[in-house]
Amino acid sequence: MTEALLEVTDLTKHYPVRAGVLRRQVGTVHAVDGVSFSLGTGETLGLVGESGCGKSTVARSVLRLVEPTSGQIRLEGEDITHLSKTALRPHRRSMQIVFQDPFASLNPRMTAGDIVGEPLAVHGLASGKELEARVARLFEQVGLRPDQMQNFPHQFSGGQRQRICIARALALEPRLIVCDEPVSALDVSIQAQVINLLIDLQRQHGFSYLFIAHDLAVVAHISHRVAVMYLGRIVEIADKDELFRNPRHPYTQALLASVPVANPLAKKLVPLVDGDVPSPVNPPSGCAFHTRCRFAMERCRTERPALLDAGDGHQVACLLNEGTGRNNAVA
Amino acid sequence: MANKSDLVLDVKNLKTVFFTNSGLFKAVDDLSFTVKRGETLAIVGESGCGKSVTALSLMRLVPDPPGRIVGGSVTLEGTDLLALDEAQMRAVRGNRISMIFQEPMTSLNPVIRIGDQIVEAVRLHRNLSRKEAGEIAVEMLRLVRIPEPARRAREYPHQLSGGMRQRAMIAMALACRPALLIADEPTTALDVTIQAQILALILDLQRELGTGLVLITHDLGVVAQTAQRVIVMYAGRKVEEAGVEALFAAPKHPYTRGLMASIPAVPASGAPAQARLNEIPGTVPSLVRLPQGCAFAPRCKLAVKRCEAEYPPLADWGGGHLAACWRAEEVAEVA
Ligand SMILES: Nc1ncnc2c1ncn2[C@@H]1O[C@H](COP(=O)(O)OP(=O)(O)OP(=O)(O)O)[C@@H](O)[C@H]1O
Ligand SMILES: Nc1ncnc2c1ncn2[C@@H]1O[C@H](COP(=O)(O)OP(=O)(O)O)[C@@H](O)[C@H]1O
Ligand code: SF4
Ligand code: SF4
Ligand SMILES: [Mg+2]
Ligand SMILES: [Mg+2]
Repeated sequence: MTEALLEVTDLTKHYPVRAGVLRRQVGTVHAVDGVSFSLGTGETLGLVGESGCGKSTVARSVLRLVEPTSGQIRLEGEDITHLSKTALRPHRRSMQIVFQDPFASLNPRMTAGDIVGEPLAVHGLASGKELEARVARLFEQVGLRPDQMQNFPHQFSGGQRQRICIARALALEPRLIVCDEPVSALDVSIQAQVINLLIDLQRQHGFSYLFIAHDLAVVAHISHRVAVMYLGRIVEIADKDELFRNPRHPYTQALLASVPVANPLAKKLVPLVDGDVPSPVNPPSGCAFHTRCRFAMERCRTERPALLDAGDGHQVACLLNEGTGRNNAVA
Repeated sequence: MANKSDLVLDVKNLKTVFFTNSGLFKAVDDLSFTVKRGETLAIVGESGCGKSVTALSLMRLVPDPPGRIVGGSVTLEGTDLLALDEAQMRAVRGNRISMIFQEPMTSLNPVIRIGDQIVEAVRLHRNLSRKEAGEIAVEMLRLVRIPEPARRAREYPHQLSGGMRQRAMIAMALACRPALLIADEPTTALDVTIQAQILALILDLQRELGTGLVLITHDLGVVAQTAQRVIVMYAGRKVEEAGVEALFAAPKHPYTRGLMASIPAVPASGAPAQARLNEIPGTVPSLVRLPQGCAFAPRCKLAVKRCEAEYPPLADWGGGHLAACWRAEEVAEVA
């Protein structure tokens, strides 16, 4: 096992819910609730889960764009959880983010070249001709033409705008790139282009991805390991192949069964869970999934399952079978 | 083979154009298709290819200006909808033909209780008392499996979750038992577990009520799991049509083939980690400046001289498998 580039321990982020004229606190959003994982150099960890389960909050906490309520974030061995703005600055270079919406995240009044070059200029790493040459190289790396540097964001298609965002993230030669739904807004044929680009760049530069998406197939495709989140917690984490072949958490199983397979001869869709995800404001007690779980037992309402080793490199948070979850193979 | 009277919808040579600042373009060009009673026809394609404009054209809801239906016919149960005046169309819309949208709030009024909205929709078309219509409303909410339907009927849209709002919209669309339901990306905004619930619900109800369904989506997985027949659109045109099994087994158009190869699949065991996907190079062309010949030519690996000069006609390659490509016969071998 390589040394972990990123290590997140017991990360928690709560938001108060206020109401009334006195803005009294009436509840707590458990956006992230005790999340731990590590990410190796050159590795891609996929983070999946339904809307509102806390994926983006994990991403933003890792980058210190939101302040965690508790827990620890270590980057390259150093605890960065409480570093001041200035102390954080050198680390900012090592971690970059690519967002879902390539429209909102680009300044419409700047040229594409200036957008990509800005981090280099801000960090005083290049200027003048040197800056221009480096930006041109970044454009080529992401499959854009250097003659497009003079164009403004609205002159690019959605896929091209995402390439601009990726080029900008690459500029500072980061070690970690957090991708928050980077292809969700793109058409399928364009999505494939961007996924391929991300894979190629990782092979060339060896950086790590924390890759967030709600599309399981996309996550499966790009990740080495996958973590499944439900209501602020990781319920299962395993190597990609292991997770998809032998999912152990009832929620992961339901999630996989819900994916419409692009093969008309394959087994038809079976909704394995009823109802909607409960609100993260005061989420269910015990196992947060117990309100929708087909296998819920009495103790699931009160006991919170820990994320435990279940063999085969699998970690599962489910009380079934002494904490190893439901074995899909025998079901 | 289908009996003629089984035909719910017969669209012939539909053409819808938009007049915009950057010029006139055909959002839907020469589109023909049919839907039988109880049948699901999927329309699939990338954003901007004309799926929603097709749906709005069938409903006669194309915003005018800037849009206008300039040709063709839309025959619903024997009546050409394009020949009706607006009053006659209002009697059909929401009654014999209904539509559900990606965003439920497009068709739900935020300040009217769910039940009352269904009551109004029903009373617009049927001569019923409020009480009778109210009973139908609760019955419809039960049919779409909303728990405690009588209580929910008294709630406002914002009091329901996203999945429930989608169910309420479906209840309203089906309240008059339409012959045809058009669903434009009905699950695109939903989480995958909710999507599975809603798709299963739509298909169950369709079977129960015998409704014809036009399901619009960009997701080939949804197509494979729901449709009997599929139309693939590219740049406003139908480029391929086939039964769902034939389409997935042997797509005839290079674009369809490219789309299928570019979607990642949940890994089969033994698949190498991080294999590159097959991508279709380039982007969808602007409708204002379409190439003269095949619109897909600039992105097509198989393109030859002829493709750039002449638009390929839709030809039948056997068993109702249509494709508009000069090289359709070779696609399976070459691509
Ligand atoms: N600034 C905030 N104040 C209050 N609540 C917040 C805030 N940011 C996020 N939340 C809540 O925390 C929960 C997790 O949000 P988050 O954005 O991390 O979800 P997500 O998994 O990224 O969802 P999606 O798939 O929709 O992007 C949600 O319930 C959200 O409403
Ligand atoms: N109200 C409108 N005004 C101008 N152009 C429109 C309008 N509605 C749709 N279009 C254009 O028509 C084309 C087809 O759009 P649409 O049917 O919405 O695509 P989709 O297949 O994504 O549903 C697109 O180029 C779109 O920009
Ligand atoms: S702990 Fe109980 S409720 Fe939670 S997933 Fe396991 S069986 Fe279901
Ligand atoms: S007609 Fe020519 S360009 Fe068009 S899809 Fe067929 S081979 Fe490709
Ligand atoms: Mg998010
Ligand atoms: Mg649309």
